[in-house]
Amino acid sequence: MALLACNDLSLGYEGKPILEHIDFEVNTGDYLCIVGENGSGKSTLMKTILGLIHPLKGKVQTGDGLRQNEIGYLPQQTVVQRDFPASVYEIVLSGCQGRQGFRPFYSKADKNLAWENIRRMEIEKLAKRCYRELSGGQQQRVLLARALCATRKLLLLDEPVAGLDPKVTAEMYQLIADLNRKDGITVVMISHDLEAALRYATHILHIGARIFCGRVEDYLKSETGVRYLERGGMNP
Amino acid sequence: MTLWDYLELPYVQNALLVGVLVALCASLLGVTLVLRRFSFIGDGLSHVAFGAMTIAAVVGLTNDMLLVMPVTIVCAVLLLAAGSNAKIKGDASVAMISVGALAVGYLLMNRFPPNGKANISGDVCTTLFGGTSILTLKPLEVWMSIGLSVVVVAFFVLFYHKIFAVTFDENFAAATGAKTRLYNLLIAVVIAVVIVLAMKLVGSLLISALVVFPALSAMRVFKSFRGVSICAACISVLCAAAGILIAADRGTPVGSTIVVADIVVFGLFSLIGFVKSR
Ligand SMILES: Nc1ncnc2c1ncn2[C@@H]1O[C@H](COP(=O)(O)OP(=O)(O)O)[C@@H](O)[C@H]1O
Ligand SMILES: [Mg+2]
Repeated sequence: MALLACNDLSLGYEGKPILEHIDFEVNTGDYLCIVGENGSGKSTLMKTILGLIHPLKGKVQTGDGLRQNEIGYLPQQTVVQRDFPASVYEIVLSGCQGRQGFRPFYSKADKNLAWENIRRMEIEKLAKRCYRELSGGQQQRVLLARALCATRKLLLLDEPVAGLDPKVTAEMYQLIADLNRKDGITVVMISHDLEAALRYATHILHIGARIFCGRVEDYLKSETGVRYLERGGMNP
Repeated sequence: MTLWDYLELPYVQNALLVGVLVALCASLLGVTLVLRRFSFIGDGLSHVAFGAMTIAAVVGLTNDMLLVMPVTIVCAVLLLAAGSNAKIKGDASVAMISVGALAVGYLLMNRFPPNGKANISGDVCTTLFGGTSILTLKPLEVWMSIGLSVVVVAFFVLFYHKIFAVTFDENFAAATGAKTRLYNLLIAVVIAVVIVLAMKLVGSLLISALVVFPALSAMRVFKSFRGVSICAACISVLCAAAGILIAADRGTPVGSTIVVADIVVFGLFSLIGFVKSR
């Protein structure tokens, strides 16, 4: 079975649908990029997959032994208040909270996992620093390390490079690609950046008036894909 | 009289014990309240208590606490339990409930003037500045404060990581499987009970100060959640003890003296934070 599957899914807020009749599957090892216009409902779809919003119709199914609390998430623009006191280590460790249940304290294994992910994101030097004093790119690495504490299988990333400069953006894409290829973590990423989507992703989910889901090669040949690429000023 | 002479007086001992414990609880919960933009909740709830009191007077309840307590706790839970996804944000919802309760209370008082026995303006003063002066506490009140503080401190320690997770990023916590609704509800109930009981003991003005000042002072200097929590607790305990002793010595009002001590520490910590950041 697929890691994640949606059948005839409808979603929206307060009973008003934003997207309807969505079918797609994500298999282990895939790198799925979700593309579409602003306001087309990409973030809403991601929140529905995470169970933060209830679908209006249909269901999000998880398979391959994936449980609902084993999905890592990088939200779109975490609006952390300017004055929130939190160290990098505290934030990364909080990624383990979903598995805690009613256990009050983190175990040694949780702490080791946090350090492992801090090293993986190359932010050891920042571990004691205050989150709000970091640059945008460093903050995203912290949140990615936190997401990795929550999962070993599936990462959901909502515009992880928004607001980052080109160099940091490239580094971020490389990090995510490595997680997918070297560590075998399945990635579902929302992106505005079609060029990067086509370069790194294996699959594309295009949402909007028309919905496309399939391999990147097929997307480039599809009518939806061709039109979207032309609008973005790119030649397929 | 020297400091040690004061410490031997039973009423000063009681005041110190209760004052320090209430200050400790308020400051521990204050960190998450300030970060959730609920700094003014103590003030808002005292207005709710006033509104409930007038209703109790109008319907002729002899023991108005039977109405005031539940109504205030329900309001606190309504305000807090929705967490960061509330439709109306913290500052606005506190303002709404606070002003609304004040208006309803005043309207009722105006339409159905209390006949003789009820002394509403006295009661209002009580909710603002504390029912019993902290220097004349009864043994029952002392034991109640001790019991409550033990529960609150234990709750804070056991739920510390959960409080951090839901305060920092509630959506992430929920998405990765934390029971954020339950935690928010528990946090709200504990905060509500503390604020309402502390309001009875030391008054809502002091409780508002105890919630905001230690947390804000600690945030000037410390940058981690743990550092801020521990530092806020220490500041709060020290200021409460100093305030009570100074008040006993000089005969100044206890609540105001504690608040002034907190203001001084805030100034000091702002200065330290400023020097550190340069
Ligand atoms: N909390 C909300 N309540 C009601 N409508 C919302 C809410 N959040 C977003 N929307 C609406 O849902 C639509 C899709 O939003 P979103 O999923 O954020 O788009 P995208 O991420 O693709 O830019 C938008 O039209 C937006 O106005
Ligand atoms: Mg979005």
